[in-house]
Amino acid sequence: MTDERKQDPVTPEKADASAAVKPGETAPAGAQKITEAALEAGSQNLPARSGARADAAAPRTPLDVVDVRTGMFGVHGTGDTSGYGGLVATVAMPGPSERPYGGWFDEVVDVLAEVLDESGTGYANAVESVVVDRGELTLNVAREHLLEVVRALRDDPDLRFELSLGVSGVHFPHETGRELHAVHQIVSVTHGRRLRVEVAVPQSDPHLPSTTSVYPANDWHERETWDFFGIVFDGHPGLARIQMPDDWPGHPQRKDYPLGGIPVEYKGATVPPPDQRRSYS
Amino acid sequence: MTAPTSQTPHATRHVPQDETQGVPSFEASGGDWSDIAEEAARLGEERIVVNMGPQHPSTHGVLRLMLEIDGETVTEARAGIGYLHTGIEKNMEFRTWTQGVTFCTRMDYVAPLFQEAAYCLAVEKLLGITDDVPERASVIRVLMMELNRISSHLVFLATGGNELGATTIMILGFTAREEILKIFELISGLRMNHAYIRPGGVAQDVPPGAIDSVREALVKVRDYFRQLEDLMLANPILQARMKDVGALSLAACMSLGVTGPLLRATGLPYDVRKTDPYCGYETYDFDVPTQEAADSWARLLVRIEECYQSMRIVEQCLERLAKPGPVMVADKKVAWPAQLAIGTDGMGNSLDHIKEIMGTSMEALIHHFKLVTEGFRVPAGQVFQTVEHPRGELGVHLVSDGGTRPYRAHFRDPSFNNLQAVSMMCEGGQVADVVVAVASIDPVLGGVDR
Repeated sequence: MTDERKQDPVTPEKADASAAVKPGETAPAGAQKITEAALEAGSQNLPARSGARADAAAPRTPLDVVDVRTGMFGVHGTGDTSGYGGLVATVAMPGPSERPYGGWFDEVVDVLAEVLDESGTGYANAVESVVVDRGELTLNVAREHLLEVVRALRDDPDLRFELSLGVSGVHFPHETGRELHAVHQIVSVTHGRRLRVEVAVPQSDPHLPSTTSVYPANDWHERETWDFFGIVFDGHPGLARIQMPDDWPGHPQRKDYPLGGIPVEYKGATVPPPDQRRSYS
Repeated sequence: MTAPTSQTPHATRHVPQDETQGVPSFEASGGDWSDIAEEAARLGEERIVVNMGPQHPSTHGVLRLMLEIDGETVTEARAGIGYLHTGIEKNMEFRTWTQGVTFCTRMDYVAPLFQEAAYCLAVEKLLGITDDVPERASVIRVLMMELNRISSHLVFLATGGNELGATTIMILGFTAREEILKIFELISGLRMNHAYIRPGGVAQDVPPGAIDSVREALVKVRDYFRQLEDLMLANPILQARMKDVGALSLAACMSLGVTGPLLRATGLPYDVRKTDPYCGYETYDFDVPTQEAADSWARLLVRIEECYQSMRIVEQCLERLAKPGPVMVADKKVAWPAQLAIGTDGMGNSLDHIKEIMGTSMEALIHHFKLVTEGFRVPAGQVFQTVEHPRGELGVHLVSDGGTRPYRAHFRDPSFNNLQAVSMMCEGGQVADVVVAVASIDPVLGGVDR
């Protein structure tokens, strides 16, 4: 995990909401500040670690926090009379796993490390982290070495991930410096295995090498990812929009893409865009 | 009024043939005329670009094919898609996890139950309740998917035959499909866009008498298949049109990510139901049919044989359905609170449930309301779940941020991927064979464009 993920993701708005629930208290607003420890304590979905309490002093990997939720029932500020206003819950994506990964995962990572180390690239430089979650293996790969990694995954007889099921994107606006993720799904028909290669790029420089030279199947998938997320696949034979019209402005699947409301023919009212409607989450 | 002179309006004279001799003519749309004329003069050859589609009956919807032809030979083929893009994936990000089923079922509308199943399996994997889904729900899912596979392949046979001018095949195929759609209507309430498979199970148990109806329908469908085989398999015209047309080798399939019947027609028995079983497919007895020829005819044979294998699976499902049981997970925090029932005014929440929430239990009412309006939370993470779709490997990539709605939902539609092979299958062949080659891919543009 990179340093960018360590930053406090709590927005001022959210901090206000947690502070506002106890207006009677004399404690300063900063008393309810969400600390790193609180984030960890309140985080959900972390893999259970045996002996975590024993070596509590050991540095733990920073959490990949995607959201911090306060209160319940979607009410914030003085309107919250539920009594749950002080509740702080962090949501974290599954963090990097440690060995043993289990099953064939170790073997694949070992072989990949061997191939990468032999070529001089170095496994540690190419693969940022390995995530094993819900029985699926994810390799977070640095974009400079993506082509070499997928070529090794395809060509090494012990890996032989010869079938690509395409690329798609995910946009995490809060992950400064790694907002756009390109997710490659590959399958080894020979060994009956499948894994995911994930590459994160900053929104300010959304460049990533195209894998079409290794997996020609990714041609249209990369065009779609460019179309929807604005990720530029360098070296693609013809990176044109595929689903949206050629002259379309913007990239619709990004989280900050403005959504339209629906005008209603009654006193100029409109139905608000979906992201501005009342929601519970 | 004046007498007619040369200045008064009149119909254009017929252009004498000798005036157009040797004059190059070009069709152009868009762009600057001088650029087009310049390029044509530079190339100095007859280059004809034909736009097939997007409105063309043989392109299975709104597929646009740009063909560059030399006489009757296709020298370059390009596929243009996006005419049916409706932003389903984006829409799903603003609906609850359960409501997502209603969206994804509309992607590939010829095989809607596969999108539903793949999506629900992915949600269950995210929730970690894959093993808690009741066995009966899985059996019903398999039953519905395999019936859907037959109906989807019947559409392939029907439209493929129609495109070659064989309307009898079309009528037979669609009539046979009708038998299966009747079963879908009986079980899910709808002929298409069912939203029947839900995270945690299925929307409702099979109604009484459904098992017998499926058995009766299978007999009829088998009969229709026999008729179709009699019509097609020894038909010299069909063989002449399909054999050695649109060939795609195993190496080409692997590099282009082509899966499904196209891949199995090259001899590789790759089927997700066998390699990566879901819904208990490992407990069913069925074969993966393959062919060696890798042409359109081989794909036809593979699909027909797959239908028979699907019937085998359906029969095994019917035996297992004799034992009653729950069809939704026991966890009340995930399970949809109400089972549907047929009332006097159509299908809706069962009266027993209405009576409970409106008359006896306030807590049940609150629970129902919360689960239906807010939905359930799904732990953060990402999963990729694939199922064997009639057209290939369908993948669902779901990302959750711990909320009640998907953070990102992406469907790797097999037709989207397989359409990339159009160029390889058509270039160097005849224009008429383009129709056969595209039909053998069997794309459904609702799934391609999503």
